[in-house]
Amino acid sequence: MQPKSEEDLSQMIIGANGPLRITGGGTRPIGHCDGDALSTAALSGISLYEPGALTIVAGAGTPIAEIEETLAAENQRLAFEPMDHRVLLGTKGTPTLGGMAAANVSGPRRISVGACRDFMLGVRFVDGQGTIIKNGGRVMKNVTGYDLVKLMAGSYGTLGVLTEVSLKVLPNVETTATLRLHGLTDRQAVQALSAALGSPFEATGAAHLPKGADGDPVTMLRIEGFEASIKYRAEKLQALLKPFGTVDVAWDDAATWTAIRDVTAFADQPGNVWRISAKPSAAPELVAKLDATAVQYDWGGGLIWALADEGRDLRAALGDFEGHATLVRGHAEVPAFHPELPALATLTNGLRAKFDPRGILNPGIMT
Amino acid sequence: MQMPQPSASVIRRKDQIVARLSEVLPRDAVISDEHETRAYECDALTAYKCPPLCAVLPSSTKEVSDVLRICHELGVPVVPRGSGTSLAGGALPTADCVILGVAKMNDVIETNYDDRYIRVQTGRTNLSVTGAVEGDGFFYAPDPSSQLACAIAGNIAMNSGGAHCLKYGVTTNNLMGVTMVLMDGTVVEIGGAHLDAGGLDLLGVICGSEGQLGVVTEATLRILHKPEGARPVLMGYDNSEVAGQVVTDIIKAGILPVAIEFMDRPCIEATEAFAKAGYPMCEALLIVEVEGSDAEIDAQLKLIMEIAAKHNPVELREAKDADEAGRIWLGRKSAFGAMGQINDYMCLDGTIPVSSLPFVLKRIGEMSKEFGLDVGNVFHAGDGNMHPLILFDANKPGDLELCEEFGAEILKLCVEVGGCLTGEHGVGIEKRDLMNVQFAPADLEAQMAVKDIFDPAWLLNAAKVFPLDTSQPRRAA
Repeated sequence: MQPKSEEDLSQMIIGANGPLRITGGGTRPIGHCDGDALSTAALSGISLYEPGALTIVAGAGTPIAEIEETLAAENQRLAFEPMDHRVLLGTKGTPTLGGMAAANVSGPRRISVGACRDFMLGVRFVDGQGTIIKNGGRVMKNVTGYDLVKLMAGSYGTLGVLTEVSLKVLPNVETTATLRLHGLTDRQAVQALSAALGSPFEATGAAHLPKGADGDPVTMLRIEGFEASIKYRAEKLQALLKPFGTVDVAWDDAATWTAIRDVTAFADQPGNVWRISAKPSAAPELVAKLDATAVQYDWGGGLIWALADEGRDLRAALGDFEGHATLVRGHAEVPAFHPELPALATLTNGLRAKFDPRGILNPGIMT
Repeated sequence: MQMPQPSASVIRRKDQIVARLSEVLPRDAVISDEHETRAYECDALTAYKCPPLCAVLPSSTKEVSDVLRICHELGVPVVPRGSGTSLAGGALPTADCVILGVAKMNDVIETNYDDRYIRVQTGRTNLSVTGAVEGDGFFYAPDPSSQLACAIAGNIAMNSGGAHCLKYGVTTNNLMGVTMVLMDGTVVEIGGAHLDAGGLDLLGVICGSEGQLGVVTEATLRILHKPEGARPVLMGYDNSEVAGQVVTDIIKAGILPVAIEFMDRPCIEATEAFAKAGYPMCEALLIVEVEGSDAEIDAQLKLIMEIAAKHNPVELREAKDADEAGRIWLGRKSAFGAMGQINDYMCLDGTIPVSSLPFVLKRIGEMSKEFGLDVGNVFHAGDGNMHPLILFDANKPGDLELCEEFGAEILKLCVEVGGCLTGEHGVGIEKRDLMNVQFAPADLEAQMAVKDIFDPAWLLNAAKVFPLDTSQPRRAA
């Protein structure tokens, strides 16, 4: 099924006899559910773009590439840097705005500017009864009524099918530099990243690879802005990080950060891929428990990507911790999403039952 | 402003309710004397007053849970209250309600600079959160202008913003986790020191729910290192359209100032008479502030000054030092006080797309003549959040009503051009009955469905946010 309009979609949902599997471009098959495929790909197109107001509004099926090209022409960008899952998951197809929003997809810059959800200004969606609902709008400051925009972000289509999303965008930067430290242990690396992130020098990327391209540990920071400012901040950070070793500086190193964003290091390696959100300073200890094949730290340590043998339940290895783990690639005898505590599960299930009383929208995908 | 008929049965049971609450709270934490409850009869929307049945001031999450469990059991409405600084009537009591104030809960629970967060009890004031970390060079970014007094609890309830949110975002973008008590006394923990709480984004919908979903007792807040410095420029223009274009050009040039403030002529005149900041008399005044090291600030201000100069400013003044910076901000920061000196005023809070600025200002000017009431405009121009100040005389019969009618027309205009009713103050009772202008019935139904799950009996702050006739079947059930 591929609705051509919001009304069309509403009728399809009303007429559905069983579960629906909602997709945008089908590039992020995280979690599992059965059902008739319903694609938002035809709800495509940018309906409004005001560079001076830093806002763009587009249909849920609009390819992210189209949005990024449109923004680039005005020297602007999606600052939260949405990950492209195709490399890691081996999927084909076109990543869409709706899929990105429904999965709250961000990249390395999330550590400084916020997540996809922080840039979502408004949504239109159709709930499980076919009702067309709007929330938020296209202005940056809006506290009118409840913020269902956030609720829809990261709800993986289980509360409604997005038809339109409006986003805040930001200016592009003049230039970028990457600072590298070599040979640090995981613990030292997270300490170095914390020192930089807790400074006034505004790092917009903070990652650590226990095994970099040459097999040795590499710890990376990204700074962005006007050239003079980058030079100044690079010097300051070099001085600040001196206790951790010598800091190399490379200019205009976009490919490095795309690779971190897309976790390309795990792309051709067999095994399950887990995404773990944790308190940065706790990350090295958690990683030590994982016995993973490979690990990548992003968000200053707050985001751990772990490659592990198929079938292993990394949640069991992690035990109780402040955070959550999602199985992004592969199968295991455990749910893809982290089980919720009972009091929260009551709220979550209650909300799902309200928005989708028949339980037909991506049923079971988040459990 | 209409409020629901208080429940006679609840008011009759006052003694029983107070006795039950006194069982779980220290004696000085239950306020039931009719003279003392007057302290809670209103918030900063002082035009409306109603003393509550009683007020309680719990000291812990456990006590909040006990209070809510008892009120739930006895069917007593509860109105949560931070510091009572809401301009929208978010903490206005009803005669049959228990005011639950979090003012006693103001401890810092944990400060963590490595992971860049602070955990506080939510009765703590916004400014004292920064106060707890600024000695170490850190700050909490959202800065509502009431930050000296307003509590984090209220900031979370209203998703408060501030002058610097163009760069740092509003409360929801800086809130990492909460401990919240539901109306039945259940305590839930959502999010924490990690980014992106798991499961559905409940944190996102709790922030800005105006105390209708639960009482947040503890919060994990993101803290940042302070920038090395900040400096403003001031520029004046002959018309607001040109000023709007300057804002657009600055943003399009790839500069992201931390603040872009706008004032119109009535506001400049009032401010000059009051604060003598040395502002130029013109149609539109902009204050643009950037942050960074001295060299970074110089570089950004150079670009901004070039853009500003291209549009023939009547004045262009760069702050060379802290003293000059202070003088540039002086007028803006005294604006509300200056307007208050002239008259009573009502402060509106609609947001518009930045591109509609000239049209909206023109229409407000025309409406000002139609209604016979003066308006001054102060404006967070970078994000489109307007604060029209309508002047009226509270002692003149009918003037408040006329002012409210005028305010409603301005907010309808904001929605018409693609904006919204409220950018940072919240709906409360003030904009409750205008919600139908912005939302279709299905949109409001979806929002109320969320409250059904968190507070099925609709006991928490139920007379706010939604038009009374829309929420009536739920409140009556």
